[in-house]
Amino acid sequence: MNNAIDIRMVTKTYGTVTALKAVSLSIMDNEFFTLLGPSGCGKTTLLRMIAGFEDVTQGDILLFGQNIATLDPNLRPVNTVFQQYALFPHMSVIDNVAFGLKMKGLDLPTRTARAGEMLEMVHLSSFADRLPAQLSGGQQQRVALARALAPQPKVLLLDEPLSALDLKLRQAMRMELKQLQQDTGITFIFVTHDQEEALTMSNRIAVMSAGHVQQIGTPRDIYETPVNRFVADFIGETNLLEVDVASIAGDRAQVILPGGHAITCSTATHDAGRHHLSIRPERLTLVPLGAGMEAVVDQVIYLGTDLQVLVRLDGGTPLQVRIQNAARTQVPAPGSRIGLHLEEGAARLLAD
Amino acid sequence: MAGAAPDSGTSAETTYRSARVPLLLPTWLVIGIFLILPVALMAVYSFLTKEMRGGVIWEFSLAAYDQFFINRGLFGDEPPSLEWTYISVFGRSIAQAATATTLCLLIGFPTAWFIATRPPATRGVWLFLITVPYWVNLLIRTVSLRFLIRENGPLNDALLGTGLISEPLAMINTNFAVQLGLFYSYLPFMVLPIYAAVERYNFTLSEAAADLYASRWVILREIVLPIVKPGIIAGCLLVFIPSMGAFLAPNLLGGAKNFMIGSLIEEQFKRSLGNWPFGAAVSMILMSLVLILLMLYARSMAKTEAR
Ligand SMILES: Nc1ncnc2c1ncn2[C@@H]1O[C@H](COP(=O)(O)OP(=O)(O)OP(=O)(O)O)[C@@H](O)[C@H]1O
Ligand SMILES: [Mg+2]
Repeated sequence: MNNAIDIRMVTKTYGTVTALKAVSLSIMDNEFFTLLGPSGCGKTTLLRMIAGFEDVTQGDILLFGQNIATLDPNLRPVNTVFQQYALFPHMSVIDNVAFGLKMKGLDLPTRTARAGEMLEMVHLSSFADRLPAQLSGGQQQRVALARALAPQPKVLLLDEPLSALDLKLRQAMRMELKQLQQDTGITFIFVTHDQEEALTMSNRIAVMSAGHVQQIGTPRDIYETPVNRFVADFIGETNLLEVDVASIAGDRAQVILPGGHAITCSTATHDAGRHHLSIRPERLTLVPLGAGMEAVVDQVIYLGTDLQVLVRLDGGTPLQVRIQNAARTQVPAPGSRIGLHLEEGAARLLAD
Repeated sequence: MAGAAPDSGTSAETTYRSARVPLLLPTWLVIGIFLILPVALMAVYSFLTKEMRGGVIWEFSLAAYDQFFINRGLFGDEPPSLEWTYISVFGRSIAQAATATTLCLLIGFPTAWFIATRPPATRGVWLFLITVPYWVNLLIRTVSLRFLIRENGPLNDALLGTGLISEPLAMINTNFAVQLGLFYSYLPFMVLPIYAAVERYNFTLSEAAADLYASRWVILREIVLPIVKPGIIAGCLLVFIPSMGAFLAPNLLGGAKNFMIGSLIEEQFKRSLGNWPFGAAVSMILMSLVLILLMLYARSMAKTEAR
């Protein structure tokens, strides 16, 4: 009963296309939950099924314990912020925001007051009488948000609401959305294909690919202990190396890097054999030659806050290393030989 | 080109100005020859004196308008009062055209909606099917309709055959027959503009409304209809205006009692019993009425745009 939404073995097919394959996940009350995945992985499909715009081919969707899988969208106490906002073009901003309240049967003074509060919350009070076409993209997006929040839904669904905004506005809106979610206490289900967005805003993330949920966890879980190659590769930047497993004990593994060096790392698999190893570039440091791994510097790329150092292990395997562009940083010369140090938790052995 | 760059604005303007007359000439010619000239001719004729066997005598006269509006008795010796004969023809025409327009709207809107919501690939086929009957001449189609609905025509035969009726329905030479004829003649003019409007309609708006607890009926009334309204109004005008002036359907399907303005005007230009100035005057009055309608439409559109 603590869960706002339970998705149980939900499958969706369009003719011969299977968009979702037996997806199960639970979203807790008050949670900022993100569905993250590449284009076409089924995020929108899942969101539209929660809203009621798509039929569920198989499985159940529970809202606070009640099965809503076959309910019409207008009977579900969830609201949606659409990607292209879908504001009613013939209604003023305030009428747009008050629409859901009107449909719920609230009287005119109440809904005008409530819509006014919502507009204040998104800083658009002075635009109440404008038409949507007379607003900028960012303002329209706020109206869409106010309109969806006004009826105080139990769950708010947001389908890439920030993707049409420019970078600065997008970053500002991230913080505002997060704040809004905390202030209202409404469960947010947020769809994005932008991993940075997902990491900065979410309580938990479901990483999806090709109709499957690959991993569900906090941003830190997802980033630091990815379960498989897809998640490690999709979230952030990483070095993926094929390695031989020497031994596995519990959640620790001994693996042999190309070049022959052996390291200990956390593992998501318990099968011996050849697997992929993920090494986050910022968890690698350059150290003086001596103990440990050695590599040759190929190239140093200037990124502003960081430097990206491309190195090559003995045997030719390329690795990228991120180091901070601080004043004390000694920039290695291309062609020079350097030592590499793996920080704790830098490497993780992945399932396929 | 590069040499002209510094003063390109001015030179482009000059080019534009000198090219303006030849470019606009075709438009002026078309408007002049096909619009202004005939209407002006009609306006002038309506103020001339009638020639007994058709045609006009070039002498100013208000007789045509007098005949339309003023009743002086059969021999012209009674005190003048308002003449109702022709106004009632107008009234009947408006009623017939309005009924036909309503019929077209009731059938045309769902049809247009149906077509606009098909997958894009099949929409063309449906639109094509809508236009197929219009490859046949209107006269022939109207005569065929007459054949279909006459007393011992196929429609009555079929109805009798099913036992739904025991006597043939009197459909021909009724108001209903005229409305049916007008409906049949002008249905595509309703379907096409509504189709264009619905096709442009963003169906996500319906989803957004449903998401905000609106039922299907409310979505139609509060979201869809206001947004596709321009298409509906355009369709109604496109059906109503030609229906008002139609004479084929009323003549062929309505019989003598049910004639409309179109027939009245047509009568006046028949050589034997014509009255050209009167025909011209009736046309002018009809046109004024239509212009008023169009102005009201333009005003309502301007209001919609301004919102
Ligand atoms: N109406 C439909 N008919 C057929 N296939 C569909 C339909 N809608 C979606 N699909 C398919 O289902 C899969 C998932 O689509 P969905 O829109 O959920 O992806 P998404 O994760 O939201 O992608 P994006 O990030 O590009 O929006 C895709 O392969 C898509 O082609
Ligand atoms: Mg999508």
